[in-house]
Amino acid sequence: MVMDGSQPLNLSRRSVVFAGASAAGGLMIGVPIAANAKMQPAVLADGTNPVKEMTAFLVIEPDNTITIRIPHAEMGQGTSTALAMLVAEELECDWAKVRIEYASANRNARTGGKLYEGMQTVGSRGVRTSVKMMQQAGASARERLRVAAAQRWNVDPADCAIASGKCLHKATNRSADYGGLAAAAAAVQLAQEPGIRAPKDYKLVGKWTPRLDTAVKLDGSAKFGIDAQVPGMVYAAVWSAPVYGGALKSVDESGLKDIRGILGVVKLKDAVVVVADRYWRAKKGLDALKIEWDAAGYGAVQQADLEQGLRDALDGPMFTAEKKGDPDAALAASGAKLVEAVYEAPFLSHSPMEPLNCTVQLAPDRVDVWLSTQAPMAVLQTAAKETGVAPENVYVHNAFVGGGFGRRGGAPDELVQAIAVAKQVGKPVKLIWSREQDIRRDRYRPQAAVRFKAALDPAGKPQAFQARVAVPSLIRPGPQTAQASEPMAVECIAGSFYAFPSRDIGVVLKNSHVPVSFWRGVGSSQNGFFVEGFVDEMAHAAGQDPLAFRRALLVNRPDALGVLDAMATKGDWGKPLPKGRGRGLAIIEAYGSVSGQVVEVTVAKDGKLSVDRVTCVLDCYHVANPNTVAQQMEGAVIMGLTAALWGEITIKNGAPVETNFHNYRMARFAETPPRIDVHLTPSGGDRWGGVGEPGLGPLAPALTNAIFAATGKRVRKLPLKHADLTWA
Amino acid sequence: MLTLTVNGQRHEVDVEPDAPLLWVIRDELGLTGTKFGCGIAQCGACTVHVDGKPVRACITPTGSVKGAVTTIEGLSKDLKHPVQQAWLIEDAPQCGYCQSGQIMAAAALLAAKPKPTDAEIDAEISNICRCGTYPRMRKAIHRAAASMAKKA
Repeated sequence: MVMDGSQPLNLSRRSVVFAGASAAGGLMIGVPIAANAKMQPAVLADGTNPVKEMTAFLVIEPDNTITIRIPHAEMGQGTSTALAMLVAEELECDWAKVRIEYASANRNARTGGKLYEGMQTVGSRGVRTSVKMMQQAGASARERLRVAAAQRWNVDPADCAIASGKCLHKATNRSADYGGLAAAAAAVQLAQEPGIRAPKDYKLVGKWTPRLDTAVKLDGSAKFGIDAQVPGMVYAAVWSAPVYGGALKSVDESGLKDIRGILGVVKLKDAVVVVADRYWRAKKGLDALKIEWDAAGYGAVQQADLEQGLRDALDGPMFTAEKKGDPDAALAASGAKLVEAVYEAPFLSHSPMEPLNCTVQLAPDRVDVWLSTQAPMAVLQTAAKETGVAPENVYVHNAFVGGGFGRRGGAPDELVQAIAVAKQVGKPVKLIWSREQDIRRDRYRPQAAVRFKAALDPAGKPQAFQARVAVPSLIRPGPQTAQASEPMAVECIAGSFYAFPSRDIGVVLKNSHVPVSFWRGVGSSQNGFFVEGFVDEMAHAAGQDPLAFRRALLVNRPDALGVLDAMATKGDWGKPLPKGRGRGLAIIEAYGSVSGQVVEVTVAKDGKLSVDRVTCVLDCYHVANPNTVAQQMEGAVIMGLTAALWGEITIKNGAPVETNFHNYRMARFAETPPRIDVHLTPSGGDRWGGVGEPGLGPLAPALTNAIFAATGKRVRKLPLKHADLTWA
Repeated sequence: MLTLTVNGQRHEVDVEPDAPLLWVIRDELGLTGTKFGCGIAQCGACTVHVDGKPVRACITPTGSVKGAVTTIEGLSKDLKHPVQQAWLIEDAPQCGYCQSGQIMAAAALLAAKPKPTDAEIDAEISNICRCGTYPRMRKAIHRAAASMAKKA
């Protein structure tokens, strides 16, 4: 299965108009023209529709096959199936006939990004930002099919029923399937966009539905970026400066002379690339080079220095990200019980299973790019910038993404390198990062330190919540320090859903030379640990049950209470456990959803930890496909467990120490909790919540809170491999 | 020239004996279902069978391969292998990148141990899945074991 979304329909830019007011005679009522226009078919200036598509979002073939174009990346999160379900729900088609392909970034660029919008798959936004667009595409197509049937039979469209891929006229007992109506329907202009079905009427949406991309992932036929084959391509292996910011000083190429197939060495400012006729020869050549690097002045930077720098920054000047009430007075009040703690988290690598890679083919007036990406529009723009070719002449052959987790949503480092190499060798190039390159040159989840202070009144009720946050910026590059804030830095801390009567949240954005980026869960991935660990400490200081304590702070949030209640019942909260076993919980609001987990652990006296059970509860308000939502929760538990147990990138002499899975350890079968249960509590309403990321944040704190329950030991710094969990 | 039997077909490949089997399968034979993940036999994304035994192709010199190689493309026709069937029913894959290797590892395990316990799965399959599909893969392995036992 090929998801390649490069196809621009072979229509030149000038010849395409999106049938809207100009072509339809201004008949739109009740919806914005732009939203309506993009639901219409692409027609040429002469009014013909040579591509026979119903809309830019779907094509119906004469054999009733329906191809739905997905404007987001499929990187495992199931968005492509979920969005197809949302279209099919409105279209009333036969689900068994539905196929998916990527929407074209090139075509989107030719409409100035208006057609498929941002096309980014970040921030757990795949479904929630495109749901209306996809539903409208399905509804619009269905109504045009109805009109086409009515025209054929010369009857009133209102008398034509729709059922499972067919139009029916009961009075005359006639029916026509979508495949036969599609060509005529593609020319129908609606006077008015149809409405969207109410959630209570959903037939497909909300039902446990197998993924559309499963079978192709079981026989090796799914094509990922790394599987691109371009005639005449050569292969490139790359090694970048060990210290980020460092430059290439010299290369001794004498080791290459006996290696077959070497085509050349490309020296970039901060990297060396060996090009060969096969990848393994390029890699062998790379390993045979003797390279000297400059460390850009960071060669003496050590991990302990970076951690100390963040802790020191907690005492320095801060930007006030949130202030409410009079926290200073509450903290100074007589009789107030103060709780104080410092929490820390390390750099983390994304490490998707598919290492970064990119294949490019350059021509004077056209660029083709094959890669796995979460952001095809950014790839298109970057390729245009790096080559000088106009964006509408860049074709992104995006593929299944072998894991993204944020790494493929930001700076496409692999693309910039591949273009630089292709320019020098004059041939199509497939550039593959080794795992070592992938981990060493990742842009990491920021390491961070937070100091919390809280004041409890004599009844144990929180009166003040203060946080001091020191974390690198995700959007301000370079080793700078800024008394400023950004939403990711204070996610789950500022604007907390807990009803703290007074708050004081300070932030300093303290960068080092080590680059950071968005990592699944972003700020919630470390801040969730910090806040929910500390709230547990507050509960214990108040002498209250951690769940009851949180409940009292969430009385105005029925969604969160629903999650907490499900956590209590499904997670056996309060049920006694023997000594050495413990149960902990955490709940966060992130990416527009409320996510809670209960973790059960056993800690042996010698400190050996096993995670026995995780109960996940999610309120994402609406659920497209409970199957893929459950997968995201299960996967987030595993990824969160990997991070909590072992995850850390450490810096020695300015460079990352960890290089591959032997020293950047991943959870395997052996560490998978025997039981992971997922319960969804969608509470409805207008909004759709995110799914891909909210499961990350609660795992670490629920785990460390469970460890506290089992051992009395409070873990405030990750990863756990450094924590002494022995008890007597 | 080296001779290699892959999925029942004999191939003459013009590669050095130390060329890793993974890249020969992918780039000489064009069978891209077998994946590159780490290059040091840690993750198992490159798992293939040599005479039915699981082998990490990324560190296997092609010149050392004496037996018949089976890749994911050769495991079955039309997803007929019980492991693929079980994976399908459990809807195990997420991103899917590691799944070829996982399926090949599971098929080899079941061939050697028709009814593995959870502890045996833990001990025998060390393949990495970054998406965290282990719970569903574990169910799928037990499901495949049951279906193979029924047929036997």
